[in-house]
Amino acid sequence: MRNKRSLFALPYVGWMALFVIAPIIMVVVYAFTTASFDPTMANFTGMGAYLTIFLRSFQLALVATVICLLIGYPLAYVMAREGPGFQKIAMVLIMLPMWVNFLLRTYAWMAILENNGILNNFFESIGLFDLINSLFGTNIDHFRMIRTQGAVVLGMVYNYLPFMVLPIYSVIIKLDHSLLEAAQDLGASSAGVFRRVIFPLSLPGILSGVTMVFVPSVSTFAISQLLGGGTHMLLGNLIELQFLGGAYNPHLGSAIALVMMVIVIVCMWIMNRFGEGEEQAVVL
Amino acid sequence: MAKELIRLSDCTMSFDGEVVLDKINLYIRDKEFLTLLGPSGCGKTTTLRIIGGFQTPTAGDVFFDGVRINAVPPHKRAVNTVFQKYALFPHLNVFENIAFGLRIPKTVEERNADGKVTGRRKEKLSEQEIEERVMEMLRVVNLKGFEKRRVNQLSGGQQQRVAIARALVNRPKVLLLDEPLGALDLKLRKDMQSELKRIQQAMGITFIYVTHDQEEALAMSDTVVVMDQGKIQQIGTPEDIYNEPKNAFVADFIGESNILDGIMRADGVVEIFNRRFACLDKGFEKDEPVDVVIRPEDVDIVPEDQGQLKGTVTAVTFKGVHYDTIVDFYGFKWLIQTTDFCPVDSRIGIKIDPDGIHVMKKSQYSGLFGDYSSYSEEYDEISDADYVPEEEEGESHEE
Repeated sequence: MRNKRSLFALPYVGWMALFVIAPIIMVVVYAFTTASFDPTMANFTGMGAYLTIFLRSFQLALVATVICLLIGYPLAYVMAREGPGFQKIAMVLIMLPMWVNFLLRTYAWMAILENNGILNNFFESIGLFDLINSLFGTNIDHFRMIRTQGAVVLGMVYNYLPFMVLPIYSVIIKLDHSLLEAAQDLGASSAGVFRRVIFPLSLPGILSGVTMVFVPSVSTFAISQLLGGGTHMLLGNLIELQFLGGAYNPHLGSAIALVMMVIVIVCMWIMNRFGEGEEQAVVL
Repeated sequence: MAKELIRLSDCTMSFDGEVVLDKINLYIRDKEFLTLLGPSGCGKTTTLRIIGGFQTPTAGDVFFDGVRINAVPPHKRAVNTVFQKYALFPHLNVFENIAFGLRIPKTVEERNADGKVTGRRKEKLSEQEIEERVMEMLRVVNLKGFEKRRVNQLSGGQQQRVAIARALVNRPKVLLLDEPLGALDLKLRKDMQSELKRIQQAMGITFIYVTHDQEEALAMSDTVVVMDQGKIQQIGTPEDIYNEPKNAFVADFIGESNILDGIMRADGVVEIFNRRFACLDKGFEKDEPVDVVIRPEDVDIVPEDQGQLKGTVTAVTFKGVHYDTIVDFYGFKWLIQTTDFCPVDSRIGIKIDPDGIHVMKKSQYSGLFGDYSSYSEEYDEISDADYVPEEEEGESHEE
């Protein structure tokens, strides 16, 4: 019975083997070899040169994740506690941007943040720059928004926020209301109920939300390229450069990708230790 | 008995215009075991939730120790609740579940000699005191050694005990229990009934217990409050409720009852089926139509010629201690519980002692309950083409 049913999983197993397992093996092989496929560790030993890029990538991804959590948790909480009407509208608003192509969305942000983009034009038209110039004796005609780390973080938050909201929302909405009443009954104020019951019970949602924001953020290259203008290179850009760019060296690129993967897995493993016992905790 | 602790005064509750509670008046004394009993939707859980503070009555007042507490939120009331499905915290182990209430700092009011509040401070129990009190509760509910278990590793009965311990550890003046035994199997339920009664007496606090199980209510309570359709039908001791039901609803809901139309001919004389019976009830108008309750176990079966009423046995069910015997008297079917076996179709007579007859005023429930026609094999008989009901009735009238 069991064997027969497992036949249905074959297409997926095949797919995974072909497009996930095999590429990972290839990455590992590439990472430990030279251009002529002789075994070497040189790809790893030389990696110290890219330490700043590693740090910047993880730092920006971390900032974006924290911001997503700070925005996403209250939103998910309010959504879950409000009526079904509000829930539907909020859900559509959250999902709507995801129906638009990812690159298109990011290009739209470029148009908004450009030095002569929509936002700066708007500030110009309301006379904000004149006001600032007269107040502080400066001479500016635009805010520099694009090609900053802030813009990159903004792009990450904007693109990945739904991945934070949805898992937290689905955990909170499923909370048994009588648990909250029990906590109140035992003397907890609203803040106490939140701190002692709702928050600990929503940890699995937070964990999967954090995973789903942090991992794509740390490896993104489109956002940093478009909104960061290539001035703040991230790991994704570095790797892309090794495969497609002028620095063509897929062996080094594989090694960097491998190291990044290991770091991410270790991060997630540590995260999940915090949620020990929360069965639903999602490991990516 | 002890002094009054809680009073509900003209409490009305309606949701979207639908009245769930209709001007409930009820007081609950200190240290008593009071049960709110009724079918689902009768308003018993709503009453409990009003006392617990989870709902505010749309009209009327709730008093606790003489103080109006309508607007006091649940976490500031000296009551604790055991919820229907226990509502144990899944992220905490048994110890931490029970310690939950103890870990919350309490605001203590400092008063001067006039009783005016001079200051408030937060008071926190020491870790040692928390441990002592939790361990003491674990002992009370017989769960020693379980403190490190996760709650989802416990059986239903054990979860139930944790829920009770979690509420009692806060030393509430009143414990509210919302159908706490509903999810347990019969054997466990019986055990927990005596367990609860024991705990209530050991702790010396008030229990307010909600159930739809009349046996549970009779077995545990000092006072039973029977409710239906958002109204209190009767308040009394289990004996009162059983022996002196106020109307047909109470008589039918508590135990089994034959409820008959009667006419009160004089004090102590009631007429049923044109025959006069001696009873103990007084104070009715002469010739007032009444409902008469006769409990199945209060009927003596005698040989046909000695009976006050004569009828035909239509069904017999063996119940262990007794037989449930359905007897047809002039077309009205009675349930009689007897240890004597009477075969189906045999003719019997019955005798009823004066204290076996209880007379009630007519109410909106008159005529709705107390007929055992559907209880017997009536339906099988009706589906039988050869069955002629008139024949049987004609026979009876010949007596």
